Amino acid sequence: MTALSVRDIGISFGGVKAVDSVSFDVEEGSIFSIIGPNGAGKTTLFNLISGVYLPKAGTVSLFGEDVTGVAPNRLVARGLSRTFQNLQIFFRMTVAENVMVGRHLKEARGIVPHLLSLPSVVRQNRDSRTEAIRLLDRIGLAGRADDLAANLPYGELKRLEIARALATEPKILLLDEPAAGCNPKETEDIERLIEAIAADGVTVVLVEHDMRLVMRISNRLHVLDYGKTLASGTAEDVRTNPEVIKAYLGTHGAEEAARARR
Amino acid sequence: MGRLFNHPLAAPALIALIVIACGFGLGSNFYLRVAALVWISALAAIGLNLLMGFAGQVSLGHAGFFGIGAYAVAVGPNVLPVSPLLALVLGIALAAVIAYLVGRPILKLKGHYLAVATLGFGILVYMVLSNESGLTGGPDGMPVSRATLFGWRLKGVDTWYWITGGVLVVGAWVAVNLVRSPTGRALRALHDSEVAARVVGVDVARYKLVAFVVSAVYTALAGGLLALFNGFITPDVAGFMHSIEFVVMVVLGGMGSIVGSLVGAAILIALPQALSAFQEYEHLALGLILMVFMIFLRKGIVPSLVALAGRGR
Ligand SMILES: Nc1ncnc2c1ncn2[C@@H]1O[C@H](COP(=O)(O)OP(=O)(O)O)[C@@H](O)[C@H]1O
Ligand SMILES: [Mg+2]
Repeated sequence: MTALSVRDIGISFGGVKAVDSVSFDVEEGSIFSIIGPNGAGKTTLFNLISGVYLPKAGTVSLFGEDVTGVAPNRLVARGLSRTFQNLQIFFRMTVAENVMVGRHLKEARGIVPHLLSLPSVVRQNRDSRTEAIRLLDRIGLAGRADDLAANLPYGELKRLEIARALATEPKILLLDEPAAGCNPKETEDIERLIEAIAADGVTVVLVEHDMRLVMRISNRLHVLDYGKTLASGTAEDVRTNPEVIKAYLGTHGAEEAARARR
Repeated sequence: MGRLFNHPLAAPALIALIVIACGFGLGSNFYLRVAALVWISALAAIGLNLLMGFAGQVSLGHAGFFGIGAYAVAVGPNVLPVSPLLALVLGIALAAVIAYLVGRPILKLKGHYLAVATLGFGILVYMVLSNESGLTGGPDGMPVSRATLFGWRLKGVDTWYWITGGVLVVGAWVAVNLVRSPTGRALRALHDSEVAARVVGVDVARYKLVAFVVSAVYTALAGGLLALFNGFITPDVAGFMHSIEFVVMVVLGGMGSIVGSLVGAAILIALPQALSAFQEYEHLALGLILMVFMIFLRKGIVPSLVALAGRGR
């Protein structure tokens, strides 16, 4: 089944077409990567899919249902969540609380029980925390659950965003440069994490510049340049596409991408 | 020690201890009266803190809600067949409804724009209260009838000391509950990143409105208590200066600190009394003290002191 379908989507900022008539389908349970040079429109595309921006043209569908223009918080209820290229952490909250916010739609949200801290709310807080710790354990941060998020190093915050998104129990997860700024060890951890997430049946849409990582784990790739689709296909198709090599990979990048296979 | 600090009941318990200690420690009616005024202001400041310190949305018009609560108690029994206490309940409900109606459009604004819009709301309430002389007595103010509870007339400074102190403790407890609930987490989350809160399912517009309405309820309750305690009110309770005082209490005591709101209220209410010895230099001294506090304890008094104590360990 097609988990995510994007059709002729586009948006411009002050006359600049940041995303221009882009279309693709993402198969359920697959890892689908979007690559391209800086400024190609990858993050903007994520903003369009996740409802942060309203597209000027085109449609977005999740599991066959048109969700174009649906607010981000409503898309979460339909199984979509995401992370951000530039960290969007709740810095004044603890690490565990950051993940607990991801449980929001799974929690009873009546305000009066919250004001009175009824036993049901206390129980639910405990359950949300247990789930948060389980997810933190998965990204290796359970030991820092009660630290203020502001006190974590960059690489750990990147993973914290993934745990927070996972807390929503997504069916589709958009990851915007999860390995950016991470050291090789952290990058390897993130690669394994993404594979494990996909193995659980979650569809992953990935934006990432680390070509070794991308080429190793993606089922399909989509290449953007100046907001337009440059190429689309398997890692092999993309790696050997002369247009892609010229615009993005370069000869060095293509070699690196090729090495990823071995 | 750290665990004690983090206990959900730490703030309300500490505030209860302070109220009890002052209740038995402050000998004269004069001091009890000042303390009761502190409890009332602290209640309003806690409400505003939920909006500003936790949800991160500014309001320069909260005295408007204070005025709605106060005048509901004063005017209500004159125009409706209700007791002052029932009028207080109606006033709080009215403030909640008005906060909902006003909040819906203006909470779409951010930062300075929200500040100006809330300021406008406060001015509006003030103008209505001072111009509707037929009902409110105009700028000269109006008397408030004594409240009775189960046939018991609520009068005397010490009675009101314990009533306001008790309401403050309950208010602090409810605020802490809220902060630690899913609603509180949603509010704190949208404060730090609205977009991140949205992509994990938080309806940001709704939660800003929740914070606005809850804070309006706190402030209106405080206004109603002041009217009942004082027995007389003027439109100044809804005035711009009063709104600013609430903001100063929240920021000075510490954004996001419930105990801080009490400390901020205590300083703003009690300091002018203490400084009155300086006569014409009173305001100068007050201004200077506020500046020095903010320069040296820039996160507000309570959070800065807690951070200092943490470093000392
Ligand atoms: N909110 C915005 N306002 C104006 N221009 C924007 C906005 N968001 C993105 N852009 C522009 O759109 C283009 C694509 O940016 P982006 O999607 O961030 O690229 P990428 O993620 O591929 O590096 C850039 O030229 C960027 O400056
Ligand atoms: Mg980007």
